[in-house]
Amino acid sequence: MAGRLPALLKDAALTALVAAALGLFIVGFKTRDIGQGLFFDYQLVDLAIAVAVIFFGRLGLQFASMGLKWPSFALGTVLGAVGVSPIQMPSTFLHWFVVIAGVLIILRTIWPWANTAIATVRHSERGKAFGRRGAKWFGAVLLVAAVAMPFAPFADQKTMDLAVLILTYVMLGWGLNIVVGLAGLLDLGYVAFYAVGAYAYALLSTQYGLGFWAVLPLAGMFAASFGLLLGFPVLRLRGDYLAIVTMGFGEIIRLVLLNWVDLSNGPAGIGGIPGPTFFGAVFAETAPTGRQTFAEMMNIPFSSNQRLIYLYYIILLLALITNFFTQRIRRLPVGRAWEALREDETACKALGINPTNTKLTAFAVGAMFAGFAGSFFAAKQRFISPESFSFIESAIILSIVVLGGMGSQIGVVLAAVLLIGLPEWFRDLGAYRMIVFGLAMVLIMAFRPRGLIAHREPSVRLHPVRAGP
Amino acid sequence: MTLQESGTLIEVEHLSMRFGGLVAVDDVSFAARPREITAIIGPNGAGKTTVFNCITGFYKPTAGRLTLRGEQEFLLERMLGHEIGQKAKVARTFQNIRLFPGMTVLENLLVAQHNKLMRASGMSIFGLLGLKRFRDAERAAIDKARGWLERIRLVVDADRPAGELPYGAQRRLEIARAMCTDPRLLCLDEPAAGLNPRESAELNELLVSIRDRDGVGVLLIEHDMSVVMRISDHVVVLDYGRKIADGPPDAVRNDPAVIRAYLGTAVDGPDA
Repeated sequence: MAGRLPALLKDAALTALVAAALGLFIVGFKTRDIGQGLFFDYQLVDLAIAVAVIFFGRLGLQFASMGLKWPSFALGTVLGAVGVSPIQMPSTFLHWFVVIAGVLIILRTIWPWANTAIATVRHSERGKAFGRRGAKWFGAVLLVAAVAMPFAPFADQKTMDLAVLILTYVMLGWGLNIVVGLAGLLDLGYVAFYAVGAYAYALLSTQYGLGFWAVLPLAGMFAASFGLLLGFPVLRLRGDYLAIVTMGFGEIIRLVLLNWVDLSNGPAGIGGIPGPTFFGAVFAETAPTGRQTFAEMMNIPFSSNQRLIYLYYIILLLALITNFFTQRIRRLPVGRAWEALREDETACKALGINPTNTKLTAFAVGAMFAGFAGSFFAAKQRFISPESFSFIESAIILSIVVLGGMGSQIGVVLAAVLLIGLPEWFRDLGAYRMIVFGLAMVLIMAFRPRGLIAHREPSVRLHPVRAGP
Repeated sequence: MTLQESGTLIEVEHLSMRFGGLVAVDDVSFAARPREITAIIGPNGAGKTTVFNCITGFYKPTAGRLTLRGEQEFLLERMLGHEIGQKAKVARTFQNIRLFPGMTVLENLLVAQHNKLMRASGMSIFGLLGLKRFRDAERAAIDKARGWLERIRLVVDADRPAGELPYGAQRRLEIARAMCTDPRLLCLDEPAAGLNPRESAELNELLVSIRDRDGVGVLLIEHDMSVVMRISDHVVVLDYGRKIADGPPDAVRNDPAVIRAYLGTAVDGPDA
């Protein structure tokens, strides 16, 4: 070891140098606009700490990869201890950064051992049985947790807002999963249907006074018919070409909403959209004439949280309906035809399956769920404008589906929590949170190239799985 | 004519297929009878697969008529690709196997029964509601698939992804999948390609049972003469897009035109 130490130190120093060079401009300076002009903030202490952590981190990882367990373990522990210690650091994030570095080194140290242990357990009979039962229970536990969440002590307004946002993306991910994961049609314009649903509710409620629950099915139908509209011209296209056209479709919808001022009020958007009601009761401190508030109906004191909790349960219900529908339809002939179409369109045709109808139903059904989600979004925000439906939304939803593992329902949930939740938790970091977003994506693709959950459960089995001994 | 007496399953009349200036199939006429195995043979590039693609709707023929006879007559050249499988009941396999590799063996066989199941699921509505009518239809479809899995000896592999099966098993599965569509005519494009002699002999057995037990007419493109000569009832020979011989295997085997096409022409040979 002593002989290799200079080389290792050199390597770590080099890594630190690269990090310093990159970080100098990203972390080292910060421009600040304070009226009289643009000023620089220098954050060189932050940079120095980060570079030092990267130096020791690299060293620790090298030790670990060479099998030098104790040095790397010690280094990891020291870094972790420094992170949690009350030493003065410029920001809390730096504390986190140091802790994460320590944890990563320790993980890397025990990884080879843990990996073999996991593999052994997984291939044993009991491990297999446990895995199957675990998969079954995991969903149930998650569901119970989701239902109980609003009453948890940590469920303040910020957390609930985030939960509603994540659930919206989970629902969109599940909807897009039908189109991309099952039918294999790469759709980059999914947000268009979300926009159709949102504007359907916004216009029908503000112009014609229709309520949320009446518009919900209509919004789904509108979005589904737009799905068909998109489906027809792209029937012959596959892969990249399909992706480009669907992306164009998404932009067309956004641009129409932006420019058709008579219909959509253009960039100014539509405001004053009523929120969803609970059997006619509104969620407000005082009810408009002829209505009652939820608090009056239930004889409980008013709290602004009630509305948020109600919204949470609505989106949870909508998402669960999407999930239930998808699980069910996957086991039906049309669902199998979607998957067959993804696998081989030519073979489908030879078997007498009508590819046109099959593709159109996939587009329409996927779009319908985006429409539901869209009208929920409008009811939640109470204000919508074309800005909310830009291409980046489509990209995020698609990322959730791909990173979650195409076709995997639980994978979508995990990916949505990671991709939507992480950047929100790291909101203190300001612009850097998008780096976290990117980092999460890169890490998932590096370690799980087929998505977080790549396992495909057959839609039907001839030999039922034995529960194990 | 004998063909008329025993009935015709498919009649190909003056079929031509041009790709730009290339004439792949030139005025080919032949007929295949039900409950018979008809082989189409010929050197590479003779236009055999093109004939198949015309019959199964993957190409639209430049000229000619393709009539599928039976209780109801179908003019195949006028039908859309998937209708030929759905309505005329012509099934096919491919030269390079085209299974649904990510789906299980059983799912492959269920996808083949899509149209029947789709009707039973009432455009998915009965299926979503889980009505008995759909559940019964699905059970029947699984039973049928199990029957085929027993015949091709893949019951134990039913829940494995089809792409994981060994090559010979994939070939058998593709044939079983085509048979699950309840075809009247089964078109097999080189089913014995890449099989070892034992697998090839098993394939012969399977094809003979499809002819005799299921009563399905088989149209077969094959290079493996041990398959062609042993099981086919009727052989059509193509060369450079034209038909050069047509008849029972023994007659075709000794036909000078066929020998010439396969072995080349001797300048001073007896037939030159």
